[in-house]
Amino acid sequence: MRLSATFSRIGAILAKEFVQMRRDRLTFAMMVGIPLVQLLLFGYAINTDPRHLPTLIEAGDSGPATRAIVQAMETSEFFDVVGMSDNEAATDAALTNSEVIFTVVIPANFERDLARGDRPQILLDVDASDPVAAGAGTSAFPQIVTQAIAGLTGEARAPPVETLVHRRYNPAGRTAINIVPGLLGVILTMTMAMMTSMALTKEAERGTLETLLATPTRPLEVMAGKIAPYILVGFLQVILMLVAARFLFGVPFLGNPLAFVMTVSLFILVNLSMGFLFSTLARTQMQAMQMTFFVFMPSILLSGFMFPFDGMPLWARTIGEAVPTTHFIRAVREIMLKGADFSAVLDNLWPLAAIFAVLATLALTRYRRTLD
Amino acid sequence: MTGPVIDVHGLTKRFGDKTVVDDFSMQVPKGAIYGFLGPNGSGKTTTIRMMCGLLKADEGGGTALGYDIITQTREIKARVGYMTQKFSLYEDLTVRENLDFMARLHALPDHRRKVDSALEEYELAPRAKQMAGQLSGGWKQRLALAAASIHSPGLLLLDEPTAGVDPKARRDFWDRIRRLARDGVTVLVSTHYMDEAVQCDFIAFIAYGRKLIDAPSAELAATVGLTTWRIEGKGLTPVYDALDGAPGVDQIARFGSALHVSGRDAAALDRAIAPWRGHSDLDITPAKTGLEEAFIYLMTGAKDNF
Repeated sequence: MRLSATFSRIGAILAKEFVQMRRDRLTFAMMVGIPLVQLLLFGYAINTDPRHLPTLIEAGDSGPATRAIVQAMETSEFFDVVGMSDNEAATDAALTNSEVIFTVVIPANFERDLARGDRPQILLDVDASDPVAAGAGTSAFPQIVTQAIAGLTGEARAPPVETLVHRRYNPAGRTAINIVPGLLGVILTMTMAMMTSMALTKEAERGTLETLLATPTRPLEVMAGKIAPYILVGFLQVILMLVAARFLFGVPFLGNPLAFVMTVSLFILVNLSMGFLFSTLARTQMQAMQMTFFVFMPSILLSGFMFPFDGMPLWARTIGEAVPTTHFIRAVREIMLKGADFSAVLDNLWPLAAIFAVLATLALTRYRRTLD
Repeated sequence: MTGPVIDVHGLTKRFGDKTVVDDFSMQVPKGAIYGFLGPNGSGKTTTIRMMCGLLKADEGGGTALGYDIITQTREIKARVGYMTQKFSLYEDLTVRENLDFMARLHALPDHRRKVDSALEEYELAPRAKQMAGQLSGGWKQRLALAAASIHSPGLLLLDEPTAGVDPKARRDFWDRIRRLARDGVTVLVSTHYMDEAVQCDFIAFIAYGRKLIDAPSAELAATVGLTTWRIEGKGLTPVYDALDGAPGVDQIARFGSALHVSGRDAAALDRAIAPWRGHSDLDITPAKTGLEEAFIYLMTGAKDNF
């Protein structure tokens, strides 16, 4: 008797819980969507042993050996030769701007020296800032070259070539050096977008927004007053993390500080406008938090923060390009680790600016002067 | 200013395909306390919001304090005090901080002094350092009124200001409202309470987004046009059951130990009551239709009678 009453009560609560779950669409989407999306991302997109990494060849010579080496590199699947370069400056820039992960320099008179048995040097420059991305290709390179030349001459013992490997930007292959700049992006995304969206939604949720709007306060004044504190918080976070990165992990800062400040400012603006947009869509703080979570996930998984960007299939990279964190992480890595200056990170700044323009426009359109 | 403080015509507001306020017009003279009555969901809040520039009317227009409610909302907002139905100040700010915040939003010169005098006037000074969220319902409401009138508005819009407040605090609140009105502030107040409706100079009754009655409160009962009989005596329950729904009887209500039976058609009502006249233990006398009967009649019959 008593037991059946207990079951009846538990049953009632259980049924009520399901009804509420079904009505809270955002929570429902999270429960169903997140496992599904994670499964797809981890299953198809993420690749910790990336192949087909963009490679630039600077050939000082041409001939059968050069062709054989390039051919062998492509066949190996580690390298995708995306272009040829004819001068050192261009080769260097491609590496600094993260256009390619590898550059191969075949010196002048390579063919002649090879034929003479002079052990010509072939140089592989690696963007080792992400040790995971470049690892496999780097270790396979000497073997690939040797086999290519062996196949050419048909001899069992290949004529000697000296393969030099330069691990640039992170010679010791320390993960921390690559992770810390990425972490800046992830932390800023998380706190900036979440804090602003929640702070603004709080006003609507508690009804205080109505009080604000019933005074002559303009929407832009509300926005400026609410968002300005978080810009300061954002810079404080950056300073804290930079100091910690430097003194705890020895992460270098090689590039232009001004370019860095510009990148950070732009990125903070992007995230604040995103938070602002969420606050116009969410009715409760809980919903605002859930929305930021949906952005947070691709920001970690598809931005190149956790897994090599170049290792992902095209569709995943396309999504990744739309995530602001991707561009921020690239720019900051280039500035901090590769010593890039303003002009070098420009190609990452304009997508950020474009994303900002879109988000800010949407947010301002959504933000209502009146309550309708 | 010489004209009415509120002068609106044909206000209409739709949310989706639902018309919340339909062709609403009203004039409120300066210094009046105008009661806004009507059942829940009748469009009172929406109408108030349209008058203070928080919502834009889909159709119609007019002025508040002489400013256009569609185009001059900022001028109106600067001169109107709006008290929301739900407490909507910052619970995690103190009483003083809340008042100071409001004073600064209105860009009042010498806001510190304004806040001090508001604390004094509303007897909030002893609680100035208390968090607003910790105040009881009555004190919250007093703080809300102090905040809504910190900029000395010419018009106060109060949306069910006394909901959930104990009777003593309510009386106290109305004393303050009357004092404000005496000083020339015009007050538009929505309420469900009869004893508050009685205190208004004018009453507008609104239901389903439409204004049904708009009259000085003293004339409201007459405007509704009810005839009322008072039946006193023993064993009223069978009388109630028999008269309830009988032709000619529009409304029957218990008032203490008596029944008030009202109807718009005096002759039909008379016929309905006739069978009970002979009973020796029933005392049937004509009664003056009060605001209360009129109000209940309007509340229950709002849908189809007009």
